[in-house]
Amino acid sequence: MNWLKYSAPQTFYPLAGKLVPVFAWPALILAIIGLYIGFFVAPTDATQGESYRIIFIHVPAAWMSMVIYMAMAFWAALGLTMNTRLSFMMAQALAPTGAMFTFVALWTGAFWGKPTWGTWWVWDARLTSELILLFLYVGYMSLTAAIEDTRRADRAGALLAIVGSINVPIIYFSVKWWNTLHQGASVSLTKGSSMAKTMLLAMLIMTVAFWAYAIAVSFVRLRCIVREREQQAAWLNEAKE
Amino acid sequence: MDWGQFFEMGGYGLYVWGSYIVTAVVMIGELLLLRNRKRTVERKDGQSSNMSS
Repeated sequence: MNWLKYSAPQTFYPLAGKLVPVFAWPALILAIIGLYIGFFVAPTDATQGESYRIIFIHVPAAWMSMVIYMAMAFWAALGLTMNTRLSFMMAQALAPTGAMFTFVALWTGAFWGKPTWGTWWVWDARLTSELILLFLYVGYMSLTAAIEDTRRADRAGALLAIVGSINVPIIYFSVKWWNTLHQGASVSLTKGSSMAKTMLLAMLIMTVAFWAYAIAVSFVRLRCIVREREQQAAWLNEAKE
Repeated sequence: MDWGQFFEMGGYGLYVWGSYIVTAVVMIGELLLLRNRKRTVERKDGQSSNMSS
């Protein structure tokens, strides 16, 4: 199978269409299972009571906000170096979903911070760098939307996405590097997890559900972008004649 | 099970449901916006040349 041929938007378009339900249905089913375990199986937290149940969307959303940004920067970099149109479109297809998850991470964080810290918001390293991530997404979307020439918009946006990616490790390590109100990682690759098994399970299932959601939604948006660009090209051709 | 107690969330109802409801709203909102975008693209394609599948 020649994978390279899928780098052409026209050939990837039908494949993306076939993949949408492959990810959309698991997203829905896993979200139901994850929420069921999160609310009906996982025990009440000894120190935080029921308020900790925000974790089942807060942590997966925060992870997605960073993963999607890195994916966006990856496609942007690939677009700039290989000059593949599809890569730029992938980057653009990811941005709104990444921004949405960043907003969710911030919002649920505020609603968790209020009962546990006594405040909706503090200007500490973790929260501030996550807010900057939201501005980076919004900046990327505004920039690409503001430039009429698609090629220029793609390149300018890609540059912003790549430069902004420095913020992602800052978010991730902020709880280690600075004194912050935000707690350290509950799940770490080196030390394992400090959570009860059912709590962790619900959180991981929700993470997979959010992944699947993000992929399904991005593919639908990618298909829209492919067709919008074809329409724009056709319109430009007609205008020339 | 007692649903009243469930929605109370041990006194944290506002925070827990305030998180979950807003998350559901923005996710469904994204899906609706995307559906609109898809429909607009399809309508424009219907007016001019067509692209298969």
